Amino acid sequence: MASLQRVQAQFMSFDEPLPLRSGAVLPAYSLAFETYGELNAARSNAVLVCHALNASHHVAGLDEQGATGWWDNLVGPGKPLDTDRFFVIGVNNLGSCFGSTGPRQVNPATGHAWGADFPVVTVEDWVDAQARLVQRLGIAELAAVLGGSLGGMQALAWTLRYPERLRHCIAVATAPNLSAQNIAFNEVARRAIVTDPDFHGGHYYAHGVVPARGLRVARMIGHITYLSDDAMAQKFGRALRAAELGYSTQAIEFQIESYLRHQGDKFSEYFDANTYLLITRALDYFDPAAEHGGSLSKAFAPARGKRFLLASFTTDWRFAPARSREIVKALVDQRIDVSYAEIDAPHGHDAFLLDDERYHRLMAAYFHQVDRDVRAP
Amino acid sequence: MSERRDLEVIAGLVPAGARVLDLGCGDGELLAWLRQHKGCSGYGVEIDDDKLRRCVERGVNVVQMDLEQGLALFDDHSFDVVLQLETLQHLRNTERMLRETARVGRIGIVSFPNFAHWPNRLRVASGRMPVTKALPYEWYDTPNIRVGTYADFEVLARKSGLEVTDSFGLHEGQVVRRWPNLRASVAVFRFERH
Repeated sequence: MASLQRVQAQFMSFDEPLPLRSGAVLPAYSLAFETYGELNAARSNAVLVCHALNASHHVAGLDEQGATGWWDNLVGPGKPLDTDRFFVIGVNNLGSCFGSTGPRQVNPATGHAWGADFPVVTVEDWVDAQARLVQRLGIAELAAVLGGSLGGMQALAWTLRYPERLRHCIAVATAPNLSAQNIAFNEVARRAIVTDPDFHGGHYYAHGVVPARGLRVARMIGHITYLSDDAMAQKFGRALRAAELGYSTQAIEFQIESYLRHQGDKFSEYFDANTYLLITRALDYFDPAAEHGGSLSKAFAPARGKRFLLASFTTDWRFAPARSREIVKALVDQRIDVSYAEIDAPHGHDAFLLDDERYHRLMAAYFHQVDRDVRAP
Repeated sequence: MSERRDLEVIAGLVPAGARVLDLGCGDGELLAWLRQHKGCSGYGVEIDDDKLRRCVERGVNVVQMDLEQGLALFDDHSFDVVLQLETLQHLRNTERMLRETARVGRIGIVSFPNFAHWPNRLRVASGRMPVTKALPYEWYDTPNIRVGTYADFEVLARKSGLEVTDSFGLHEGQVVRRWPNLRASVAVFRFERH
């Protein structure tokens, strides 16, 4: 199917301060975003797409650099989230390194880059910022909010914070909070970054360096958790790079090593270390049940009347199906409309970004419903 | 079509406005009908990808789940009616499933092929397994891992502490109340907890 041609990032600045969950206040900020498709006359066909750890507002189509959006297989004309029917918004989150206000940008209070002083932002803070953008676009009610993984957490948070401003929530490969194991992986990644001698307490911009070594290791660890054991075995197995073992402890011997190093190298060239720290923290902190004595069911009380689709992937051990089922249970307890699919896909957590036929047909079916809902009088 | 008539008869057993859990809901036809005509709400449970998608297409709430894992997702007494239509015969743990049905719902309604329907008896008497509209499979490729009779279910219901409040047979879309164990291809039971 065809992709959207040339899409362009837009920016929106906000002068009203944004109070953050930590108690800190972001005095002013701007958000990078892209939109695809046309907003209808009733302004009722808008779908917000929330991004995960390393993605951005560039969801679909080709940007000025010729880069394809991260969810281009799902979003576009004739695709499951059909831009011929919906007005789709991709927003870059605060603290990111892709255009929205973040640690690389100048802190007006000091005249220097924010660096490590950028305030800790949470999923809820992101959603608050997104809500202001949506409002500024003149959209009183979103047809749907969609996200996978960390993006799914944002989609869930929308239903708790702004239930009157959306109809449908579609949360894929997500969780109601991170497990200790998940936090542990994030912590290893963060330690890799902050112990890199080039980190300089997060103020590496001033030194003209980046903690690339730390970022590489962080990405390697992350990448392992996004793939299933089977997918890795199938793709790489124990294949060697050379014909025989080189009996070296330092050289790349196995193909999997080569792959991970390549992923790490690529990532360290475009991603910001402070952003990585901030985003993994936002993941760690998300826990809507915490304010309700640990009851996820109680946490979802504000979402009554909304409609949900949840999907998980059988081989995803980072955000396992059992975690999605916890959310489904909470919604069922609240008698909220929900459908849940457990998709038998071999790829692990990454499956949510891939073009699996069953998955995409399900998404198309759900968005068909959303479309019908939007058109209903 | 008799299957459609069967559904209508069973839909007639569901009170208006009921909260319904439909175990093995297929493509969601019954739930959609109950929602539209009787103002019911609730969820379907289905394991098959294609059927699940058809539920989603028609806007029926559906949860993909293997019923062999039980109904832990659903709290005690959280539904008015739990339906288990043409599902029981596919489950290994029939007895546990019935107890789960009674735990989750106030009323349980089950239907399944009645193996004691007279053509089946004749066929077995002739030395062969029956292949009929209600039991359309050869013995070697049937997905039905449990075959039981109308009379057998009465025994199991008693053993499981369920109070049968209505029961009848269905055949070719007609309700069979006289000698259902002999005359009906499908058995239907409505029960409540003791």
